[in-house]
This record gives sequence, structure tokens and C-alpha cells, in this order.
Amino acid sequence: MDFTLTEDRRMLSDSLSRFLADKYTYDHRAKVAYEAPFHDAGLWSEMCEIGVLYALAPEDAGGFGGGGFDITTVFEALGRGLSPAPVLGTLLASKLLTAAGADQSALLDGSVRYAVAIGELDAPYDLDGIATEASGGTLTGRKSVVYGGNDAEVFLVAAKSGDGLAIYEVKASDADVTGYGLIDGGGAAELFLDKTPGTEVLANARDALEDALDAGRLALCAEAVGAMDATNEILLDYLRTRKQFGVPIGKFQALQHRAVDLVTEIEQARSITIFAASRMGEADQARSVSMAKTLIGRAARLVSEEAIQMHGGIAMTWEASVSHYGKRLVMIDAQLGDVDYNLERVMAGYAA
Amino acid sequence: MDLSFTKEEQEFREEVRAFLDEKLPEELAEKVRIGGELDKADMDRWHAILNEKGWLAYGWPVEFGGTGWSPVQKHIFEEEAAAANAPRIVPFGLAMLGPVLHKFGSKEQQDEILPRILDGSDWWCQGYSEPGAGSDLASLKTRAVRDGADYVINGQKTWTTLGQHANKIFCLVRTSTEGKPQEGISFILVDLDTPGIEMRPIRLIEGGHEVNEVFFTDVRVPAENLVGEENQGWTIAKFLLTHERTNIAGVGFSMKALEEVKALARRTKRGGKPLIENPLFAARIADVEIELEAMKITNLRMLYTAQTQGAPGPETSILKIKGTVIRQALNDLSRRALGPAAAPFPSEDMFGNAALVEAGDVNNAADYFNNRKLSIFGGSNEIQRNILTKAMLEL
Repeated sequence: MDFTLTEDRRMLSDSLSRFLADKYTYDHRAKVAYEAPFHDAGLWSEMCEIGVLYALAPEDAGGFGGGGFDITTVFEALGRGLSPAPVLGTLLASKLLTAAGADQSALLDGSVRYAVAIGELDAPYDLDGIATEASGGTLTGRKSVVYGGNDAEVFLVAAKSGDGLAIYEVKASDADVTGYGLIDGGGAAELFLDKTPGTEVLANARDALEDALDAGRLALCAEAVGAMDATNEILLDYLRTRKQFGVPIGKFQALQHRAVDLVTEIEQARSITIFAASRMGEADQARSVSMAKTLIGRAARLVSEEAIQMHGGIAMTWEASVSHYGKRLVMIDAQLGDVDYNLERVMAGYAA
Repeated sequence: MDLSFTKEEQEFREEVRAFLDEKLPEELAEKVRIGGELDKADMDRWHAILNEKGWLAYGWPVEFGGTGWSPVQKHIFEEEAAAANAPRIVPFGLAMLGPVLHKFGSKEQQDEILPRILDGSDWWCQGYSEPGAGSDLASLKTRAVRDGADYVINGQKTWTTLGQHANKIFCLVRTSTEGKPQEGISFILVDLDTPGIEMRPIRLIEGGHEVNEVFFTDVRVPAENLVGEENQGWTIAKFLLTHERTNIAGVGFSMKALEEVKALARRTKRGGKPLIENPLFAARIADVEIELEAMKITNLRMLYTAQTQGAPGPETSILKIKGTVIRQALNDLSRRALGPAAAPFPSEDMFGNAALVEAGDVNNAADYFNNRKLSIFGGSNEIQRNILTKAMLEL
């Protein structure tokens, strides 16, 4: 039993955290996260030089990681620094290209930006509801809230192909892409496909898609843990310094016990994320990841809402950093499967 | 990051399993399984079996007759014992007084008392709380006044668990009213046969007799029964509160309870279908299972801290809070799964009735009510939050 990070992962975590703290200061992030391209495109290649993307892919795909704890190491640091960079889409794309055995050197060195288009308006989480269809080398349908899609050069699109699902590569220049910013920072896009040319990357892709989505869910759990840690530090600092009735408000038991409850939930969130990371590649991967995403969905929302409430009016302002963490923590639930979706996946094993 | 146990630890687990398989009497395990009441003979019997193996004082150092096990070994033992429905080891002598004497007791006290805990000659109980001193334990009023070679004790203790089986009690008593309340408390050992002591049962919410109140009227106790220095009692009490807290989460009990809730929801029907196929009920189970899965890792993380840094930190209060809430949630689900069948008031006859025992846990609702205590005793969950506020949040 060992709950410490390996030397390599600790170094990666430290470099990435330092990079984000130095380069994505509050002011800088507030400036770039909400205006196209919704992250600092100039800093993307700098971040890639640290090796962040290589850590997400296994060695035989050209990376140096790709395991559960590689993913959590990277995303926990991204969450702590509230990074708006489109790393989630890159992770999903890397997983799919790895499954396809396709070359991904341009993805890993950061020179070509990928986005993955799976979810649709009426099927935000489940693969069964996908309506986008492939026919004769073209794709038709609409992909909704494609993370990083506003700024991607290549889309990997999940579409129906005969009885199954397949993955197609679509060039952004061939498609109708409507990019926009997200309420919690970062960008996404609606991808309108109308007999748009697409090259098949992987047939019978259901398992590969589920696997990539599980990796993405795990990444979001870790991102939330990092963001919850940061939020908690901001909150405790505020409780120690903000005075009302002549004393720091952290002296009031009504707030103390609620702050303790948040720490309890954060520790449970950290634990279930470690659990899920340890189950990647095992038979219970999907169920374990769904357990984690369920607990994280609840905990992150609680931490957000309570941190905002305990800050009072100041948390209603754009200038308070807790507001931005708070938005991210709530919106994470709606990415790649919310509490209800994941809870159902956990329950699915009970009937037998 | 590596969540697996070492080869040696896995072999140890096998050894514990084999021992439980061979030595845990079936009738005791069955009594535990159906939530029946264990009597003194049952508990003494299990203690004797463990003592013969040398595993009774599994938290003690070897020099005092313990196992010298690592925190991980203790955890494995507790987990396997719970899974096998072994009776819980009565903690008062073994997990509480024992460690106090190891650290604060005189050589004479250690030599005389520790072997009698192991061989079952003495059954200890705890005299801490008073009617006016619950969460605010330091306000306790039971007085011990020095008179020649004795202390004379007057006052009242309460919530004395299993005191009806005990022949000895360790008490916190007030030996000084100077300074802060914490500074005038001493830790003293009392023979329950001493004249002036009266023990009365307290009937609990579910009807059972588990705790007692103890009255002291001019009880003369030899001064050498003091443990540590006079007025050092609060230090000892705090030591006890932070000692042996790795099993505080009760993960083993919860794992067992989760299994039973699932089994119950599979055989109980609603609308012609197993209750577990009802998505509302299944979701409630899943909620608790997820919390428990996280709790297992939280528990291991703190165990790892204890193993690598010598002692667990104040964050073990998190285990108490979450662990008890999870256990209570499982009791609640089990009670709800039975519906109206949880309502019959348990009696001896019912435990003897195979048809009723088969239908569900006879003691189901009683367990639910009795286990409301989990978040109250051992420092209520609110007190745990106060501890965490100071020690972890530094507010």
C-alpha cells in the first residue's frame, strides 16, 4: 500500500502547477477564458512542452503514461489552477487514436488540436441515443457542446454505421462549426454535419468510445478534486480574515461545522477518485468510474454552493476567484455523464 | 499509488481467515448475524478463544502480551473478523485501559492488571460521563478527596456500557477545583465490590440493557489505584480519545451490512418484483455503496499515515463522522426494506422462531434505533467537527 505519487508524476504535477500559477494568474485567466479562443493559445505549446499531453498516452502510442494515475495527476493540477485549456478533448482523442492504432504524434506534441464529438442534444451522455449517421464517406447530424471544438483543427466524430458505431475524422475546415465560450470558462462548439466528408478511423468503436469516456470521466473527477482543494483554501482564508460582529466569521460555529463537512466531502471525493484510477483497465472500470463521478458530482456542487454562501455577497461578483471555481465545480457534473446517469450505471449491477 | 496489500499482508489475511474458519463457534457467528443479544458467557468465550491464540490484545505491544501487529495487520484482522460475524471484542479493558496502563501505569499496575484483562479475570467498564458532563466532559463533578492512604469518592457516572458484567471500573474524577476544569481531573481504578457503589440499569430506546448508571457514596479507594499523577487525568483521557482510532470508521461492519441490505432487497418483494429492482430503492443503496467505497479508501489512506508516520492525525475524526453516518444509513435501508415487518417488538421468543429469523432480521428496527448512538458516543459527531475545526481548519 502506498498513497504517494511516483517521482515522475510528482515532478509533472509540480511543473504543471507552477506553470499554471505563473502563467494563468487570476487576471490573465479572467481575460482569456471568456473570450475566443477561450484559453491562451500562445500558452498551449508551452504547456505541451512540460509533457502534459505525453503523460496521457501509453508508451506504444508515443507517450509516457496513459494510466489512471497519470490522468488524475494531470487533471488534478489543471483543476487546482482552474485551467481553461482544452485538455479534456485532447485526452479523449488520444484514447480513441490509441484504440485505433493511429499515429498521434501531432496530437501529443500539441501542434494539431483535436476535439472529440460524441454527445448530441438528445443524447448528451449515452451512446445508444446517437443519431448522427455515416453514409458513403460522409456524415450527417449535429454534435452538441463539443469541448474545445471552437479551436480544434480535427474532429473525431462518433456516428452510426450500419448496426454499430464508428469513429470518423472530420477536418474543421470541412464542417460547419459554431464556437462559443462556456459559463465556467473555456470553449466548445456545435458541430453541424450535412453530408460532410469524414474518414473512418475505427469501426465497431463502441468499446473504444466507452473506454475513452471513462478516461474523460476520471479526468473530470480529478479536475474537480483539484478545484475543490483550491476552493477550500480560498474559503478558509476568507473565514479567517473576513470580520463581522467584530470577529473573524470563522469563529462562528454555524460556519465551522459546514466548513468541516466540506473537508469531509473533499476527502471522500479524493478517495473515490483514487479508487477509480486504480480500477482503470480492470473489469469493473466502468462501474468504478461511475461511482466516482456520482460522488464527485454531488460533492463538487456542495462545495461550490457552500463556498459561495459562506462568502456572502462578494461571491456574487466577477472579481472574486471563488465565483469562477464555483461555476466550474457545478458545471463539471454535466460533462460526460451527470449524477443521475452515473448512479444508474452503478445500480445496473444490482438486479442479478 | 498502490492500493494492494503486500504478499506478507495477504498471507496474514489468509491466516486470519483460516483461524476464524476453524475457531469461531458457529452459534456465536449466527447470533451476531441475526442481531441477537450476546450474553457475558458468549463474550467471555470468544475472548478466551482469541487469548489462547495470542490475538486477544491485538492492539498491544508484544512486551505486554499483545501481538505487536502493524496498523495494516490490525485493519486486516478487524475486517476479516467483521466479515465472519465474529463478536466484537469488548473494548474497555483491551482497547482502552490497556493502552492507558502501557503509557501511564506503574510497573506494579501493569504487572497486576494487564494479565487479568487477558485471562478474563477482570471485566472493566468505563466511568467517564456524568448526567451533567456529556460532550463537556471536563465539567465532571464526581469528587475524589484524599483522606490518609485513600481517596473518598462521591458522585455519579452514567452511560457505563456493559457495567452489569464488570467487576472493575476506571473513572475520571475531580481531585481539584483550582484552575481550569481540565486541570483538576484524575484517572482512578475502582473495584466495583467496594462498599458505597450502586449500579442501576438504564433501559435503552430499543428496550435493551446495554448501559448503566453508577452511584458512588463515600467510596474508599486506595491511593495507589491512581493512574499517572494526580490531576493528570485529562491528559490520559485525551490520549485515549486519539488512540486506536483506525477502526473508528467501522468499515468492516458497513461492508457486512451492505451485503445484508442487498440480500434483503433481493428476497423482499414489492409489486411482485424484488425490491432491488425498484429504481428508487436501488438508487438509495447505490448512494450508500458509493460513500462506503470512498470510505474504504479514506480509511486506508489514514491507515497508511498511521503506518508510515507512527500515528494517525486529527483527520481520523472524518472517519468517525462519515463512518457512523454510513452505518446508520445502512440500518435505515434495512429497516425500510422490511417495511411493516420491521415493526414487531423483538423478544427472546422471536429469536428462537426459525420462520421469523428466516424472514428477515428480527432485530432490524431495534438495530436502527440502537445505532443512533453511533453518532453520539465516543465524542458526538458535533464534537468531532469542533476537533476538526481547530486541528485541521485552524479556524
